[in-house]
Amino acid sequence: MTETIRLEQVAKRYGRVEAVRDASFTLRAGETIALVGHNGAGKTTLMKLMLGLIRPTAGRIEVLGDDPSAGEFAGRRELGYLPENVSFNTSLTGRETLAFYARLKRRPAREIGVLLERVGLAHAADRRVCTYSKGMRQRLGLAQALLGEPRALLLDEPTTGLDPALRAAFYDIVEELRGRGATVLLSSHALTELEERAGRVIIMNQGIKVADGTIDELRRIARLPTRIRLKVSQNGVDRLPEWLRPVGSWRRTNGRLVEIDAPPEGKIEMLRRATDPAAPVEDLDVVPPTLDELYAHFLRTQEAAR
Amino acid sequence: MRNVLIVARKEVQEGLRNRWVLATTLLLATLALTLTFLGSAPTGSVGVRALDVVIVSLSSLTIFLLPLIALLISHDAIVGEMERGTMLLLLSYPVARWQVLLGKFIGHLAILAFATLLGYGAAAAALAATGAAIEPQSWAAFAAMVGSSVLLGAAFIAIGYLVSALVRDRGTAGGIAIGIWLLFVLIYDMAFLGLLVLDQGQIVSGAVLNALLLLNPTDAYRLFNLAGFANVSSFSGMAGLADSASLSPAALLLALALWALLPLGLAALAFSRREL
Repeated sequence: MTETIRLEQVAKRYGRVEAVRDASFTLRAGETIALVGHNGAGKTTLMKLMLGLIRPTAGRIEVLGDDPSAGEFAGRRELGYLPENVSFNTSLTGRETLAFYARLKRRPAREIGVLLERVGLAHAADRRVCTYSKGMRQRLGLAQALLGEPRALLLDEPTTGLDPALRAAFYDIVEELRGRGATVLLSSHALTELEERAGRVIIMNQGIKVADGTIDELRRIARLPTRIRLKVSQNGVDRLPEWLRPVGSWRRTNGRLVEIDAPPEGKIEMLRRATDPAAPVEDLDVVPPTLDELYAHFLRTQEAAR
Repeated sequence: MRNVLIVARKEVQEGLRNRWVLATTLLLATLALTLTFLGSAPTGSVGVRALDVVIVSLSSLTIFLLPLIALLISHDAIVGEMERGTMLLLLSYPVARWQVLLGKFIGHLAILAFATLLGYGAAAAALAATGAAIEPQSWAAFAAMVGSSVLLGAAFIAIGYLVSALVRDRGTAGGIAIGIWLLFVLIYDMAFLGLLVLDQGQIVSGAVLNALLLLNPTDAYRLFNLAGFANVSSFSGMAGLADSASLSPAALLLALALWALLPLGLAALAFSRREL
């Protein structure tokens, strides 16, 4: 697959604060990547570095064939960016604002109406931006990022301020662009939301990349236990301690509900036992470790290593 | 170049929308008309050089007002957009920073030029409409006055950009802009006069005098308009100074142009090195 964005040992220092340290990764066409981390983990700094808004203290960056730190910007015509707190000049209307950005990207004017329609702003297109609500501004921000079939999309906290319906619509658009070969880099706090959408996750902590891979890969590396929830039959409750003895870690949450933390290698064995006709089990749920738990795990291991 | 024009166009659009253009034009037209009709009192309505008197009053008005207006619209241009967050998005587009700066400059200058042309033009047109006889020579002086006023405005827009590109927040930019206005429009001339009076012509030679006049764009403007044309200088009382300062109108215009280009270049340099 073709590379769209490449970072090699990139560092960014502000005075004595190291915002990003030794970050290297390659993003390819057709990937959706979630950039995950606390506030101040370096997510926004990374995006600004890719845009050439700030220059790296060390390392090399390449975005769509440009070196942004050298002031090259030809590739930015095919790049969409949505900043964390997007703001517009409030005296212009939504349509005028989008027209301005379309001209800078040399896109035809007919794209404007289509995009406004797509983000649900067609009814407010000729109102001034100062009358827009936070969510409407975010939608306008999204519309400008989508101008001109971008090959790379950098979206910094894109779904803040969007209602659930629009969130879903937003992820549909992202998925469609990815399907057509765009690289989509998303940063977010809403990890559960990203879980199903991102093919790949990069976890940042204090400027350092602590994990990078698909969610399945990260689960394998993290070796977090899978949670198995059982509903035990009435007469099985008494037999429970004996029956579950080999499992190790289990707890009764509520009457007949039992939660078991099964390690990766013991998961199948546990499921076999639970689904045995003789087992005192009425119902069963399997919950793999969520992105939230993976994230917490990688942060813990990194903190412990220091 | 196309990017520059796109940015300039948006700047003008915003100026029209938030009524900067309207306010500036009305202010200049009102003051110019007032000065034209009150200012002709000393020479009487039969004065043959009515327009020359207008040039003297209007150029004094320009020296006070245009730098102030120029600094007001320009001091916010970079730091304000950074604070509001709009610069972040704009610079993620395929546009170079110098193009943004130059585009803003052209846009702001267009607003200022429009206001000056219309405001002062209204005064001249009103004068002509009252039937005052105006010689072609006076028209030339008037055109030179309007043109150099725009150039003076350009110099202060550029100075405002330089401030805007260097400071961290809008409040500081505003404060410095006011300080610059006070310095160039009021304090410099007072200190200059004080120096001449104290010196009594001992040390300050013609060359030093010239240099001191060129070091302030408003002085270069004043000398160009009030002493440059023989008819006008007799009204302005600047003939004496004009004789001892041996600066040609071309040199004065060049100084004004440099006052616009140098700060603009420095602003572009400062802006290109800035991190957002």
